Amino acid sequence: MVFESVPGLVETKEEHGETTLVVDLARLTEACLHLRDVEGFRFLSDITPTDYLGWGSGGVAGYYGTRLGRDLNFPGGTGGATGSQGYARVPKPKAKRFAVNYHLLALREEAPRVRVQVWLDDGESVASVVPIWPTADWHEREAWDLMGIHFEGHPNLARLIMDDDWEGHPLRKDYPLGGEPVRFSDEV
Amino acid sequence: MAIVERPRIYEGTHIPSPIPTVLQVPEELRESENLLQVNFGPNHPSTHGVLRLVVDLNGEQVVGLRAVVGYLHTGFEKNMEAKTWWKAITYAPRIDYVAFQNNELVFVLAVEKLLGMETPEKARWMRTLLCELNRLHSHLVWLGTSALELGAISVFWYAFRERDLILDLFELVSGTRMHSRYFQVGGLAEDIPRGFYPECRRFVEWMPKAINDYEALLTRNEIWLERTVGLGVLSAEDAIALGQSGPVLRASGVDWDLRKNQPYLTYDEVDFDIPVYDEGDVYARYRVHMDEMRQSVRIVEQCLERLEGMQDAPWLTDDRKIVLPPREELHTSMESLIHHFKLVTEGFRVPEGDVYVAIESPRGELGCYIVSDGGPRPWRVKFRAPSFVALEATATCMRDALVADLIAIVGSLDTVMGEVDR
Repeated sequence: MVFESVPGLVETKEEHGETTLVVDLARLTEACLHLRDVEGFRFLSDITPTDYLGWGSGGVAGYYGTRLGRDLNFPGGTGGATGSQGYARVPKPKAKRFAVNYHLLALREEAPRVRVQVWLDDGESVASVVPIWPTADWHEREAWDLMGIHFEGHPNLARLIMDDDWEGHPLRKDYPLGGEPVRFSDEV
Repeated sequence: MAIVERPRIYEGTHIPSPIPTVLQVPEELRESENLLQVNFGPNHPSTHGVLRLVVDLNGEQVVGLRAVVGYLHTGFEKNMEAKTWWKAITYAPRIDYVAFQNNELVFVLAVEKLLGMETPEKARWMRTLLCELNRLHSHLVWLGTSALELGAISVFWYAFRERDLILDLFELVSGTRMHSRYFQVGGLAEDIPRGFYPECRRFVEWMPKAINDYEALLTRNEIWLERTVGLGVLSAEDAIALGQSGPVLRASGVDWDLRKNQPYLTYDEVDFDIPVYDEGDVYARYRVHMDEMRQSVRIVEQCLERLEGMQDAPWLTDDRKIVLPPREELHTSMESLIHHFKLVTEGFRVPEGDVYVAIESPRGELGCYIVSDGGPRPWRVKFRAPSFVALEATATCMRDALVADLIAIVGSLDTVMGEVDR
């Protein structure tokens, strides 16, 4: 399929047999309406926010260069893909901190799928797609709750999974995996 | 194959506005003295877990409804980011603990897609077989508990009797009754034990009779019909707009099943039908579940025939950078020992990129979106949980329902809270 006529299209990527349409943040609503009404993507499968904070800055996930020993990210020395262990390189940098992915599906033959992607920094908001696909309601609330993505125009952007008075957004990369603040009775 | 979109059941949408998932009390009723707010759950025997519904009642009629979830949130996705790829596999089946094998499959398929890896034919057939057994298991749990909630206690005992037979089969194959971690990146964890084939064949011969028994108890049962027909109606348009999938979507007259429309594993090589009902009510969902069980038995039978013909075939890919070497080699081969050590301590690395893989779990479209930065741990894992989306339809289905129907309707959406809250 060709998606050149999608409004606000910045880039089209074809990877692993999947199409990703990177769309201008300001024109997301137009693009989504076009995809639903013209291209026939009436089914919104999923909305996935991803936090790319620290992406590639310390090598790849799970590798820690030891202070004295060799750096497992760069077994063949620093800088460049000269390592002897396969993927010894830093991943490609990302445009902004957060990506929000909309996985769309058209209910017709060959089941075409497309991923709409917008990029934003902390503090920016995305236009809500609840008026376009009602199912986005909880997906966007979950994205706000766990990742702190603000959706402009959502009719009920409250926390969904965590408690109403929870502080922070647990799926962010700067949120620790373990431990939570505990209040003691003798604290003021 | 053409997708038949059947005529809509009624004109106009029933999705509440402006919030699609909250049924708000009508303006004229807000001051009424008859209004009673009831908390249904989170601890209630018929909520299929810990679901809380805040229901506004006007007499017996539901006029307002709000679903509250999150009581079972365990941070699976966050935890998986801290584990290596193959240790993260154990988390996936625990997300939807009833359709465990399908959850395991979708994560493994996603990792294999990112690796660009082919799995042996035997593994693909066995995966299909186990996923269908798991679908039977999930539908039996659904049938037993939903019927129990409406007072049909004997169905529960029969359904759980056969459920136990399926769990015995899982135990025979993997050593565990649930959460088997039998699928792994590259194929299966172990070869299929020879005793599995005759046992599974016995089960395949027995199961259709058992389904006949359930249907004899319920399908034309006067009380069952009274409690299910015409309740919780969801039109095809509303179902699509609300992202419904699986039995809920097919009960609303949309002929859509990823096993047919977007075949994975060996589903394009087996012969089976997709049951579709037009009514969109609780009874239609029941019929879809029952018909699907019969189809699953058919698929299991065909898989079994194919698997019996490839008993000595490999079940795991031979890529030593990804899969563990055979145990016996560790005593004689230095290379195998190194591979084993590296895989267990560091794990394997998955090329940079992101993929979304969707399969038809017993509850509908189960998706898995993974991001890798090229390291041995996932950067991000996200599950598109069909139960999560199904609960969004409660407000639409519950319009003008009576409080006694609430349990039937919530039950028919077939939600598992572990998957909703993740």
